[in-house]
Amino acid sequence: MFKVIQNKELVKNCYEMIVEAPMAIQKAIPGQFVIVMAKEDSERIPLTIYDYDKEKGLLYLIYQIVGASTEELSKVKEELFGVVGPLGKPNEICKDPNEYEGKRICYIAGGVGIAPVYPQVKYLKEQGMDIDVIYGVRSANQLIIQKKIEEVAHQMYYTTDDGTFGTKGFVTDVLEKNIKNYDIVVAIGPVIMMKSVSELTKKHNVKTIVSMNPIMVDGSGMCGACRCEVEGKPKFACIDGPEFDGHKVDFDLALKRLNIYKEEEKEKWEDMKTLLQEEVSYEG
Amino acid sequence: MKDEKVIGKVQDPKIRVQNFEEVELGYTKEEALKESARCLQCPKPRCVQGCPVSIMIPNFIKAILAEDIEKAYEVISESSSLPAVCGRVCPQEKQCEAMCIKGLKGDAISIGSLERYVADQAYQNNFISTIKKEKNGKKVAVVGSGPAGLTCAGTLAKKGYDVTIYEVLHKAGGVLTYGIPEFRLPQSIVEKEVESLEKLGVRILTDVPVGNAITLKELQEEYDAVFLGTGAGLPKFMGIPGEDANGVFSANEILTRINLMGGFQKSSKTPVKLGKKVYVIGGGNVAMDAVRSLKRLGLDAHILYRRSEEELPARKMEVEHAKEEGIVFDLLQNPTKIIVDENNNITGMEVVNMILGEEDADGRRSVTKEEGSEHIVDCDMVVMALGTDPNHEALKESDIALSDRGLIVVEDHKTSLDNVYAGGDAVTGAATVILAMEAGKKAAQEIIEAIS
Repeated sequence: MFKVIQNKELVKNCYEMIVEAPMAIQKAIPGQFVIVMAKEDSERIPLTIYDYDKEKGLLYLIYQIVGASTEELSKVKEELFGVVGPLGKPNEICKDPNEYEGKRICYIAGGVGIAPVYPQVKYLKEQGMDIDVIYGVRSANQLIIQKKIEEVAHQMYYTTDDGTFGTKGFVTDVLEKNIKNYDIVVAIGPVIMMKSVSELTKKHNVKTIVSMNPIMVDGSGMCGACRCEVEGKPKFACIDGPEFDGHKVDFDLALKRLNIYKEEEKEKWEDMKTLLQEEVSYEG
Repeated sequence: MKDEKVIGKVQDPKIRVQNFEEVELGYTKEEALKESARCLQCPKPRCVQGCPVSIMIPNFIKAILAEDIEKAYEVISESSSLPAVCGRVCPQEKQCEAMCIKGLKGDAISIGSLERYVADQAYQNNFISTIKKEKNGKKVAVVGSGPAGLTCAGTLAKKGYDVTIYEVLHKAGGVLTYGIPEFRLPQSIVEKEVESLEKLGVRILTDVPVGNAITLKELQEEYDAVFLGTGAGLPKFMGIPGEDANGVFSANEILTRINLMGGFQKSSKTPVKLGKKVYVIGGGNVAMDAVRSLKRLGLDAHILYRRSEEELPARKMEVEHAKEEGIVFDLLQNPTKIIVDENNNITGMEVVNMILGEEDADGRRSVTKEEGSEHIVDCDMVVMALGTDPNHEALKESDIALSDRGLIVVEDHKTSLDNVYAGGDAVTGAATVILAMEAGKKAAQEIIEAIS
């Protein structure tokens, strides 16, 4: 069991959880992830390690409610049944910052993709690197951890689809204007965003790293559910990734594979909502 | 009258395909006594030689006859850490029972069924093995809680070693937990076996990815010896077009969702994506487990195997049970392409007929394609049960010697690293539960010799 220190809603349907999990973070390097289980019979949910306090053994997570299992996670108050990590490979720049000295690097976050972007930018700033960040959301009310990211980013750009904050438009609009300033782009967010960024950077021949978020079960290389096609070859996001060369990933396939459980997920969520409503009516 | 073995009751195939309860119900007392009485109590028992962990088989059978289950259980426990498991999943027809002298003229003694009877009775009566020693102050780390790791841990704990098992999943048991389905090996049995190890003083740390959270080097520093029972967990794929289709799964994924995550129950929070007609590719025990699980979940379930029935590597009993349950065996065929629609869903599969050739050096018959025999079969789900490769996650940052096939190189279970031992599928490639147990036991004996 893992003690939950905090589990609060940051903006609508988006939560921050702080949990005691010293084993999972002691050796963690930004880019790695954990898998959590709310209860013994819960689904295993992969989440990025978005921040940590190694001295206190605290793991920070950000997640969005997208279905029954994340809904269940949002109801957790005291403890999590399971936390396993760190899993996956660290981000290649964070793993070896010296290799990237003098490189001009831009991070791009889409939506809750800011959660995995933040620890990398923070870590690289600690190594003395200046990192620019482009952070895009649909609308201003979806911005999260704004203060934290501004503290660590060198130059900060915002975009919103509806123009309620920052530049109106997409992250690629801002990137295109500034692309000549960068040697490396790291893009993390919805698959469709990572695809657009990678198409743009390929045209300009700028190295691009993306972080894939496929369906996963064990997270240790055992099941192959998370396989992505990279350069025409199947790679397991859990142990070969989650980060890959954006110019080599088959994003269209990744998008289709995200739909595998769509019907089942919907059904489970409907069941859960009914159950929750019943509980409420019992209480009422 | 012919000397026939006592056959225990099984669930009716028509009924059992609708549930995940155990197929074989196990001997009753009368049946066990009757079968035990058939044993000749050979002075030089060949069956013991056939057992990878050298259980003193005639001795435990004698104890059954004397109606002393506690004694029978103790005899088995001296050699085996997982009696209830072995009785159920060992390929006895290739081991102890193959050696039984009675098998020459009639039926061999049903040693597996008797072993299971003893273990089940022992658990029902809450006997725990009394063989427990004072701790001797030596610490051993075991990586992986599958059959190799559990056996190694059990053998060491019984001799007084302080053992800690590291497991990456949230539940101990390895393939016994995520792989073998409920109808063949109930979870409650594995839980009891694990529990009895804990009673021996073994500490089990779940949710720890060795290699990431703690390195092999750190384990070497902290413990007097380390045993690697990391298995062969990486599923193989064929590399044919369409294999990334939404309806193509590894057997590991299907079994993990169904067994470990409880997907066989309707209330499960982890979904299992089911088609209407599935082809499970392969002919081993994992293929049988996957196809029979899917049949139970209502699918038209087929095995597609490139050799003939004779060559099926699965345990004979599983093949028989599968047939009774209505699994269709499409033999001497191999997939060449999986056909998908615009949404990446499967609409069919192209397969080719195969021709059996001569035996190779390993005694396996070669197979070649029958040119021009490609044809399309109808299906919406494909499960790859082609075997597994070793997973090297736990070995990160170590320079342990590996073979060309990626297997850990050992001599007398000792790896190239100081005080690090290994055994099971990580060393041999994908094999059986009992062979992993044998390796775990022998490695434990090597460890005892080296560090005591």
